[in-house]
Amino acid sequence: MSVSTFEVDVLARCREIVEDPAFTAVRRWKEAHPYQKVVGCYPVYSPIELVHAAGALPVGIIGGGNQVEIAHADARFQSFICSIVKSTLELGLTGRLDLLDGIFFHSICDPARNLAAVFARNFPNLRVEYIHYPQNLASPTAVTYFRAELERIRAALAEITGRSIADEALHDSIVLYNRWRTRIRHLYELRQAAPEKLPAAEAYTLLRAGTLMPVEEHLPLLEAALRKIPGRTAKRQDRIRVVVEGAFCEQPPVDLIAAIEQAGCYLLDDDLLLGWRWFTGDVPEDGDPLEALATSYIDRSVYCGTKHDTRAPKAAHLVQRVRALGADAVLFLCAKFCEPALFDYALYRRALEEAGIPHLFLEFEEKMWIFDRARGEVETFVESMLFG
Amino acid sequence: MAADPKTSYQGRIHLLQKELMGRYYQELTAAARDGSPPAAYMLISGNPVELVRAFGMLPVYPEVNALQIAVKKQALPYILKAEELGYSVDNCAYVKADIGLYFSGRQAPFGTIPEPALILCNYVGCNVYLNWFEHLREYARAEVFFLDIPFVRDPMAPRPEDLAYVVAQLRELISVCERITGRPLDWEYLRHICALSAKTGQLWAQIKHLTKHVPCPLDAYFDAVTLMGPLYCLRGSEEGLRFFEEAYREVKERTELGLGPLPEERYRFVIEGPPPWPYLRVFRDLFSRWGAVAVASTYSTVGGLWEFGFAHDPDHPLESIAQHMLYWNLTNRDLLRRYQQIRRYVQEWGAHALVIHSVKSCRLFSAGQGDMREYFSRELGVPTLLVESDLEDPRYFSEAQMRNRIDAFFEALEHRRLVGAEARP
Repeated sequence: MSVSTFEVDVLARCREIVEDPAFTAVRRWKEAHPYQKVVGCYPVYSPIELVHAAGALPVGIIGGGNQVEIAHADARFQSFICSIVKSTLELGLTGRLDLLDGIFFHSICDPARNLAAVFARNFPNLRVEYIHYPQNLASPTAVTYFRAELERIRAALAEITGRSIADEALHDSIVLYNRWRTRIRHLYELRQAAPEKLPAAEAYTLLRAGTLMPVEEHLPLLEAALRKIPGRTAKRQDRIRVVVEGAFCEQPPVDLIAAIEQAGCYLLDDDLLLGWRWFTGDVPEDGDPLEALATSYIDRSVYCGTKHDTRAPKAAHLVQRVRALGADAVLFLCAKFCEPALFDYALYRRALEEAGIPHLFLEFEEKMWIFDRARGEVETFVESMLFG
Repeated sequence: MAADPKTSYQGRIHLLQKELMGRYYQELTAAARDGSPPAAYMLISGNPVELVRAFGMLPVYPEVNALQIAVKKQALPYILKAEELGYSVDNCAYVKADIGLYFSGRQAPFGTIPEPALILCNYVGCNVYLNWFEHLREYARAEVFFLDIPFVRDPMAPRPEDLAYVVAQLRELISVCERITGRPLDWEYLRHICALSAKTGQLWAQIKHLTKHVPCPLDAYFDAVTLMGPLYCLRGSEEGLRFFEEAYREVKERTELGLGPLPEERYRFVIEGPPPWPYLRVFRDLFSRWGAVAVASTYSTVGGLWEFGFAHDPDHPLESIAQHMLYWNLTNRDLLRRYQQIRRYVQEWGAHALVIHSVKSCRLFSAGQGDMREYFSRELGVPTLLVESDLEDPRYFSEAQMRNRIDAFFEALEHRRLVGAEARP
């Protein structure tokens, strides 16, 4: 593969930002913008357009990865609670989140909800907002409810930032984020067309850096990547093409993603950082912007382990996606103790078996350092597919 | 330490409860055989059973079925069956026992569970509920309704828009029930049922306030579970109300006679978390041997917080059902409000200690209980014990380990008592 300035400069910089538990890049931004606020967004989905429209920086608070040693949070959350809950609390208890003016938690699972309360008690100066997402998506009242909930968040953001959010500002943020999401979609399309040119670990790093910088700065990086990557010369290898499912909240270490690829897979699609690419199409740019966000959540969003839509079984979505991408298999990459992902697996497994689609189940923890076992399991799986 | 007393469930109401629950399961078995009345699968926390009952539908509670299996020490084969289907060892064991039961022809040791006509996911707090009923929906292919109850975000009360949202969904649910049963809702009958629920809830609340007495007339955890079955499965029925009238009479009588569940009450404690059903008796005796009685429990409020003032309002049935779901139960409130609830128990019910039973299966209860311990022991100076096991899965109960922890805790309390340093309730 040819090595251009893009790889050396941009990807190295992104990786540095992503693997820095001190949030140095965000701190620098805050120093440069002393009158602007920073709002943390716990997975999965947060209404980042609203944060942006309030003139604040939405920042992904997605655990501590394998850079943070859990020394204090273990006493608050038991051994059977997933790692992201503990490492996020650890970030707080060690002062690394003191740059935040507010933080959003969501109705995604039981530990995340309780984490919101533990944050509220332990960090009384931090504005903690808990967003309840509608869980009856078939109800005609869901949009009205969710619009009201977003209105509540708009008011909370106005209190955090000291400035109200006009519809015009929200409209402009929606337009900007639509542009950003379009670029991300292109990045994934590029990966699906020529996975040898864009390893998933690189795409992931590039995308994750976007959760830690202003969208205005991230857009040019994405655009540069989209210009440079098609010109890369990389030889396609004999690998299986897989869809990754199950890592929508806690994130696997970047090196684990790389190890899985190197073990013989092209990752055509995944649910990593799903909340930042939640909408399947553009958020409408006309009409009431809050309603546009509300209807988009309900009608134009990805299926996900934390969203329960009785209108269609989520396993049907997965089978359809595998077929649409022409993938060979599904790789379940579930965070240890992640109840929504572990529950979904039972339904997915059943549907995949019925559809004759092979799959491999792997559990990970964000704090993993050694990937030999996962690599071995993937290699065996790939061999069974290629030569079995 | 007191001699090891052999504990047993208390009084006539325990026998009456057994009889009523037996009859309830006979009804389920008959419905499984005849396909009538139509069964509605529901969840315990803050459920709208009044509405379901008003349509003559039979409420079926997978949680109650799961715990009955566990009490009978027969949960493991069902759990293992679910694990064979792909469920993880880390998934909620209630769900696994229930799924295992579903795929065992719905044959429980105590009766047959009917197929659902309606899968009504009343999502009150617990996120696993959503997964659970999503799965049942895939397996059973029945009519499904996901009743979304927004988690309480404001400190004082549900938001007006939340109330409007829930009432609107209840109206949609009414249409679904009308379609399933082929009959319109009889509003008068619904009001009558709500009145029965209101009286039942009031009696239950009075019983719980009686446990403030010294000695405590009824163990508010181990004996309270005797009352919880009828409270959920029979609420809104005449026989449910008669049971609570009888229960209140009996507990009142015991209070007046100065009788408690143990020969001598030495310690009063508040307990947080669901019980370890497969080892309930063993667990109970680990406390009884120290003369320790539970005077209040959070578990007994998963279905509703009647003791703090809630009552169904027959004049506003849908609004009061919505209020119950949104606000008047433990599970739709956040952890900090649970801290307040426990604090109130410790103070008003005069407890010497807080025991936290942390269960792996129920993360709604357990996630963050270390913080709870920190708050009570460090900030409030309430002696706090945290023990771990499970509510359903017998593989996670270690009697020896549990005994060591509990004995060490009460030895420390004894010591405090001896040196006069006991925390005043």
